[in-house]
Amino acid sequence: MQSSLSLSLSLSTPLSTKANSSTPRSIRFCGLRREALVSNLTHRHRPVPPQRIQRSRVPVSCASTSSNGSSASVKGGFDYDLIIIGAGVGGHGAALHAVEKGLKTAIIEGDVVGGTCVNRGCVPSKALLAVSGRMRELHDEHHMKSLGLQVSSPGYDRQAVADHANNLASKIRSNLTNSMKALGVDILTGVGTIVGPQKVRYGKTGFPEKEVTARDIIIATGSTPFVPNGIEIDGKTVFTSDHALKMEWVPDWLAIVGSGYIGLEFSDVYTALGSEVTFIEALDQLMPGFDPEIGKLAQRILINPRKIDYHTGVFAKKITPAKDGKPVQIELIDAKTKEPTETIEVDAALIATGRAPFTKGLGLENINVATQRGFVPVDERMRVLDANGELVPHVYCIGDANGKLMLAHAASAQGISVIEQLTGRDHVLNHLSIPAACFTHPEISMVGLTEPQAREKGEKEGFEISVVKTSFKANTKALAENEGDGLAKMIYRPDTGEILGVHILGLHAADLIHEASNAIALGTKVQDIKFAVHAHPTLSEVLDELFKAAKVLPSELLIRPKKLVSRKFLREICCLTYCKLSSLPIFEAGN
Amino acid sequence: MANLLHLNLRSVFVPSLSSRRHSSAAPRRHQFRVEAKVREIFMPALSSTMTEGKVVSWLKSEGDQVAKGESVVVVESDKADMEVESFHDGIMAAIVVLEGDSASVGSPIALLAESESDIALAKAQASGSGSSGSDQKTEAVAAPVAEPEPVLAPSVAPVSAPVSSPVVKVASTHPASEGGKRVVATPYAKKLAKDLNVDLGTVVGSGPMGRIVAKDVELAASSAAVSEKPKVAAAAAAASTVQLGSVVPFTTMQGAVSKNMLESLSVPTFRVGYTMTTDALDALYKKIKSKGVTMTALLAKATAMALTQHPVVNSSCRDGKSFTYNSSINIAVAVAMDGGLITPVLQDADKLDIYTLSRKWKELVDKARAKQLQPQEYTTGTFTLSNLGMFGVDRFDAILPPGTGAIMAVGASRPTVVGTKDGRIGMKNQMQVNVTADHRVIYGADLAAFLQTFAQIIEDPKDLTF
Repeated sequence: MQSSLSLSLSLSTPLSTKANSSTPRSIRFCGLRREALVSNLTHRHRPVPPQRIQRSRVPVSCASTSSNGSSASVKGGFDYDLIIIGAGVGGHGAALHAVEKGLKTAIIEGDVVGGTCVNRGCVPSKALLAVSGRMRELHDEHHMKSLGLQVSSPGYDRQAVADHANNLASKIRSNLTNSMKALGVDILTGVGTIVGPQKVRYGKTGFPEKEVTARDIIIATGSTPFVPNGIEIDGKTVFTSDHALKMEWVPDWLAIVGSGYIGLEFSDVYTALGSEVTFIEALDQLMPGFDPEIGKLAQRILINPRKIDYHTGVFAKKITPAKDGKPVQIELIDAKTKEPTETIEVDAALIATGRAPFTKGLGLENINVATQRGFVPVDERMRVLDANGELVPHVYCIGDANGKLMLAHAASAQGISVIEQLTGRDHVLNHLSIPAACFTHPEISMVGLTEPQAREKGEKEGFEISVVKTSFKANTKALAENEGDGLAKMIYRPDTGEILGVHILGLHAADLIHEASNAIALGTKVQDIKFAVHAHPTLSEVLDELFKAAKVLPSELLIRPKKLVSRKFLREICCLTYCKLSSLPIFEAGN
Repeated sequence: MANLLHLNLRSVFVPSLSSRRHSSAAPRRHQFRVEAKVREIFMPALSSTMTEGKVVSWLKSEGDQVAKGESVVVVESDKADMEVESFHDGIMAAIVVLEGDSASVGSPIALLAESESDIALAKAQASGSGSSGSDQKTEAVAAPVAEPEPVLAPSVAPVSAPVSSPVVKVASTHPASEGGKRVVATPYAKKLAKDLNVDLGTVVGSGPMGRIVAKDVELAASSAAVSEKPKVAAAAAAASTVQLGSVVPFTTMQGAVSKNMLESLSVPTFRVGYTMTTDALDALYKKIKSKGVTMTALLAKATAMALTQHPVVNSSCRDGKSFTYNSSINIAVAVAMDGGLITPVLQDADKLDIYTLSRKWKELVDKARAKQLQPQEYTTGTFTLSNLGMFGVDRFDAILPPGTGAIMAVGASRPTVVGTKDGRIGMKNQMQVNVTADHRVIYGADLAAFLQTFAQIIEDPKDLTF
């Protein structure tokens, strides 16, 4: 094995160049666009050893019977074909796909199966958000009345709400565990450490440690809440999402440090349960990272009408938990000048400043890998790079630990991509096709580039972009639900019809985004997807509106002198249906 | 005094922010310039059905350079939010309609100046094209030391309604307020303060460590409203013969009457009855019932309207020596509760429209049932209504609650055969009311006149709905 590998590595450069420069038809793409591949030319590409391709074909029958590859099938004297360190959503997704592909797989879990997402993240927070969504509806007397409903003073039982979140987490956790057990994935408990090439040690503290070998290793250790220096967490009055999800109490006044997805979702939960919220955001604008237009509207819908205020452009330099009858104290400093601005006192503070990779104790130094701010450096195929930027053979890293895109489903997709590579099919995941969602009420979702990002890319690469928008007020189903608040916008290339990004804020936006993300992943063009039929009346027609509103123009129109067809003019043509009043000045421009 | 002046000026300044920046004398210099240098940005018609639009957000602020075709404002129509672009190059000189406010289609929402030097002109124009009140604002800007408005409140306040709690300027004592320099208020309290125009600096916090919470702001807003009332009342009183909210000593004769009354009875009451036709009222009730209007609200409104013309019937005798002319008309309505009786109060029933009044009444009844009425919601009545008519009682009399001048007992309205003026016999719905009054302050003639007015309103109720 080793020798064959070294041989293949020496061959790799010419081979890979050939593979890449020739048409990529031989490789399966999932959301892979041509330019993504072209940019890979410089990377060394490990060709697949012939025997592996063979092997990967043989066990297909095995996969259909859903059982883990038998140890007899493991070539080269390894205990396993694959060891995954970390049994979160990423590790789980990789394990399932590995078994399907006939790899004998083990997964090492140091904490609980399901990882952050299932136990301390997406899953329990969705349970709380389900509660907050209903509370919001019930409390919105005006909304209820306009539907003709009468509800008298709704209330909630905090413990029951907390139990709902907790029960959901354990249910999903056992589902995950069972699905792996049913497939015969070996679940090894303990903290996994890489002790050398293809060798992992694991064990619980107090128990003898064991060593196992595997041909390939996937690191999927995830992340923990990031707590900036100066912030003292006591788990009661100053806490992270980990504690907040347990919902041990509902403070009257909660400061949320950070206004990204996590902060925003928790503001939705806590304000629905009666708290007042103060956001502390280091950047000048709330909700950085969202498309600016969506962010602005989100502020109007999710922040302004609620019992929320905010400080922007400030850091929380020091946060002291409540003690001796004193409330939580937060010292704010100007984000730019670092001058102290003010100290605020609140009942509790939730730290939602992002997440830090959990990569300590992995033994990365044993394979000469240096983390970057804790993240494991990888290439676009999730192959781990060592301190010199060279590929480390047989080691991959997926999910939050590599920091490419810290989303559960991204981790899983990366895992599947790795398994594809391990079983003989090259695969590069297009991260621009991975949707993201924020489960506020209403929800926010997005895929691909934001408008400024697209504009920048367009300017750099010399293409025009167009934007179409539609309002939920124009959607029958949304109006039937009396939920007309919201906007959907699509950014696309008017010359090719390529979808660059879609952003939705509105009822069930998180469920709506997939039509767009699938289109991006599969490379479907606007001019094609616009003929796809949507059931009426459904929210999906919001996207239908976008597709139909988009105008793809023949390229000769686009290369006309700028004076005649300015970008603005194009935008106007493309937005005619939804056009803002701005269409008027165009006619003026003609004078 | 200095404080008051300061406050006064501030309240004048705030709405006219636009005229503040380059105010000094500049407007006059440019008075004779050509108008075209300043262009108006109009509220556009974004759809065929749109008559009014709300300014969602300004994308440009005052002083910003605006290029032709650039988006300047986001407007919410009945269908969607849209960005509105400028037709001209220029500098955003003045924003006339602020974010969150609405304007009718075609009305100017901002002014665009052609060059720097036109900004002042635009600003002058902005303040001129605003409401009529804005002229005074400009004057106030020009002459900040102009004579302070005569302070009305103190002369009236001490004797005014017992409900008015003085607005004391108290800095928050929250430890994080840095010795009162900073106001510590919860996010919702801040929002409310903005909506209700309450200066947080004057609010006493009741939250943990003296933090200002939402209910403190609400309380401050309601007490501010109460303390403002004397002014309104004073203005109204000028038109009438007696000073509302003032104390007028008894004449010797009145004093004697009082004395005699007390001697004969501890509460010297008497009763006056009146029969009136309710066909018109019934018809009106039928028409607006679907809008949530109740008969109780209609009666309370009619009573309050009649009382505005007969302030004495709304007065009371507290010490046996004086009339207390109540500053507001607060109609208490007796509500039977299990095991008792409570009188929720419709405050300022004369000033509220019938729909608001009905809503308020519903709230009060709900609260009364839930035993959540606050003291000021059942103790501040100045005139009481008792309606047993709804139970079919055709006439009864009521005992006067202490501290008020009169109570009206309302009987059932029932079809009655009556002789009409044209000499025919007809069927009309008639209702009897019976007022019990404290004869120390309210005399028979007062009641008779009051009842006449009341009957006129009931028989021709078009004014009840404005």
